[in-house]
Amino acid sequence: MAAPQLLALRGIFKRFGAVQALADVELEIRAGEVVALVGDNGAGKSTLIKVIAGVDAADAGVIEWDGRPVQITRPHEAQALGIATVYQDLALCDNLDVVGNLFLGREICRAGVLDEVEMERHTLELLDTLAIRMPSVRLPVASLSGGQRQTVAIARSLLGEPRLVLLDEPTASLGIEQTAQVLDLVDQLRERGLGVLLISHNLGDVKAVADWIAVLRLGRNNGFFNVMTTSQEQIISSITGATDNAVTRRKAPGWEVER
Amino acid sequence: MSRPWPLPLPLRRNRTGGPDRRPPSGQGAQNPLRALARRFHSGELGAVPVVLGLVVVWIIFQSLNGHFLSPRNLSALSVDIVGIGMISTGVVFVLLLGEIDLSVGSVSGLAAAAFAVLNVNEGVPEGLALLLTVLAGTAIGAIHGFFFAKVGVPAFVVTLAGLLGWNGLMLSLLGASGTINLDDKGLVAMLTGFYFTHVAVAYGLAALGTAGYFLASYRDVRRRRSAGVPTRSQREIILRTGVIAVISLAAAYVLNQFEGLPLALLIFLVFLVGLDHVLLRTRYGRMLFAVGGSVEAARRTGLNVDLVRISVFMVSGTMAAIGGLFLASRVTSATQTSGAGNLLMNAIAAAVIGGTSLFGGRGRTWSALLGVLVIQSIASGVALMGVQPAVQFMITGSVLLVAVVIDSLSRRAQRAHGRV
Ligand SMILES: Nc1ncnc2c1ncn2[C@@H]1O[C@H](COP(=O)(O)OP(=O)(O)OP(=O)(O)O)[C@@H](O)[C@H]1O
Ligand SMILES: [Mg+2]
Repeated sequence: MAAPQLLALRGIFKRFGAVQALADVELEIRAGEVVALVGDNGAGKSTLIKVIAGVDAADAGVIEWDGRPVQITRPHEAQALGIATVYQDLALCDNLDVVGNLFLGREICRAGVLDEVEMERHTLELLDTLAIRMPSVRLPVASLSGGQRQTVAIARSLLGEPRLVLLDEPTASLGIEQTAQVLDLVDQLRERGLGVLLISHNLGDVKAVADWIAVLRLGRNNGFFNVMTTSQEQIISSITGATDNAVTRRKAPGWEVER
Repeated sequence: MSRPWPLPLPLRRNRTGGPDRRPPSGQGAQNPLRALARRFHSGELGAVPVVLGLVVVWIIFQSLNGHFLSPRNLSALSVDIVGIGMISTGVVFVLLLGEIDLSVGSVSGLAAAAFAVLNVNEGVPEGLALLLTVLAGTAIGAIHGFFFAKVGVPAFVVTLAGLLGWNGLMLSLLGASGTINLDDKGLVAMLTGFYFTHVAVAYGLAALGTAGYFLASYRDVRRRRSAGVPTRSQREIILRTGVIAVISLAAAYVLNQFEGLPLALLIFLVFLVGLDHVLLRTRYGRMLFAVGGSVEAARRTGLNVDLVRISVFMVSGTMAAIGGLFLASRVTSATQTSGAGNLLMNAIAAAVIGGTSLFGGRGRTWSALLGVLVIQSIASGVALMGVQPAVQFMITGSVLLVAVVIDSLSRRAQRAHGRV
């Protein structure tokens, strides 16, 4: 597949005090491809997402967008490029309602006044399209369940016609059906020619939806695999850094690995 | 602006085989009583406690002294609330971020002194002096905001320094005499001295306000209907309009029994309505609530958090200066005690008593009006009875404690619902 390269990371470094969270990380994402980013807790996955989203700028390294080097040091720079992000901790404003959160930073205005009716209509339309059910779009998101909050965060990322969607454990607090819906959604994003970077600890989900699997281990690249041609054991050993360890010993051959 | 992303329908290979389409989400017309019960449990009481508190205060003082609810006393009350009320309205903006501004008392005193010096001593025309004074308040707020947002000094320390520093500047401006009398026929004196004596003005304004509210609600319902979005029931709109009509006409009636509508009250109401509009209906207001709700979420959304932070201190500095001019107008002079005493505490207490949360992210400008009404009612009631101000402090302190307890409990209730 010779899809154009959307995003490329070259030699990304990021340090938090004594912790080298990312060291010389490389990653490429093409339009119309789903890349899964996997790794153990603390491997640096969320840190990498935040680097791409402009939340925590990298200490060193080059980010290329459409093949050209770009500066992403602030969130709005990433948004302007068409990068939308669902953070692991969701980053919603609990005191705002669903509509307020979805349109935060890109409110629809009429003569300088917020057009609540129009924003609410778009919200209902979008939630309906995504088959998301909410008790009310006018409740503060603080009063929603964890899964509902997660779906709000996902819906928000789709609102601004993004070209690349970063999903940091988007199904972490979702039920079975909602998880399936999100995975369906990822499929749709790919079909529409978007790039997707998906973080998940659930290798079953990863296998079902991703084209490529990038493994991070202790802040470094530890393998880039084609989903079709790679066995689960190979991936697990890349994640844990050993061919023989607690996980592989305990696992019968097969795919279903829960966290 | 950007539209929701047009995903085609029907759009998915259904992984679970479950139903694809759901009834659209949304909130239908709600039973008001049930809505209130829900709000009580989830800790979103809004203005309900303070309105009840105000009614209780009025009943108690009226039963202790029959003059309390007299037109003369209520009219005086409606003018007395304006100075602190303006300052408190500015404090609401800062509280919305979960921050505090301890300098507003000193800034208001400085504004009074600055105006007096400019106009009386230096002979600067009133209008220009007034404008310069208010802008000085804005600039002072910008300085506080800069140290808070850009340098990272905690807001209460920055504004504590301001409390001392601006008070010192005021004392040095006033000089040895310590008191500058204002022109008692002048513009600033008129701020609290002018009344619209014609009865039609108060009634007309009450009618206009009610009609305006009804028309706005009605248009909103029509737009929502045509957009197919859930809307308030007709009953609720009529009920709300009715409440507004009764309150505003009653107020107009009482004020007309004395000297008519005070200019000061009219200006205060204009500020309240205008700033409420800014908070609820503009992008800037939405940004403010977002930063108050979660700084990190606001930052990741790409909002300019520093700008929002600086701006709220500019608003509170501006409002403090305006409030200071109204307070000076009440005594037609600037003195060394301008802006001193309980003013700061009362201004902050008013906002909190009125229902603005100390924790940020929750509040309206109207809480300044309601809170300051409670505080001034207590002051006025105590003064009428001729007891010592000591009693007033104790009562106001208790009311503030109750308000903060309600605020904390409602936050706990939200926590208990797995929120915040
Ligand atoms: N803001 C921060 N300050 C200091 N250290 C941090 C910060 N953010 C992350 N780290 C450190 O960087 C490392 C990588 O963290 P990161 O959140 O990227 O892990 P992760 O791969 O997302 O893990 P998980 O699967 O648990 O979400 C960890 O050691 C963490 O302690
Ligand atoms: Mg993470």
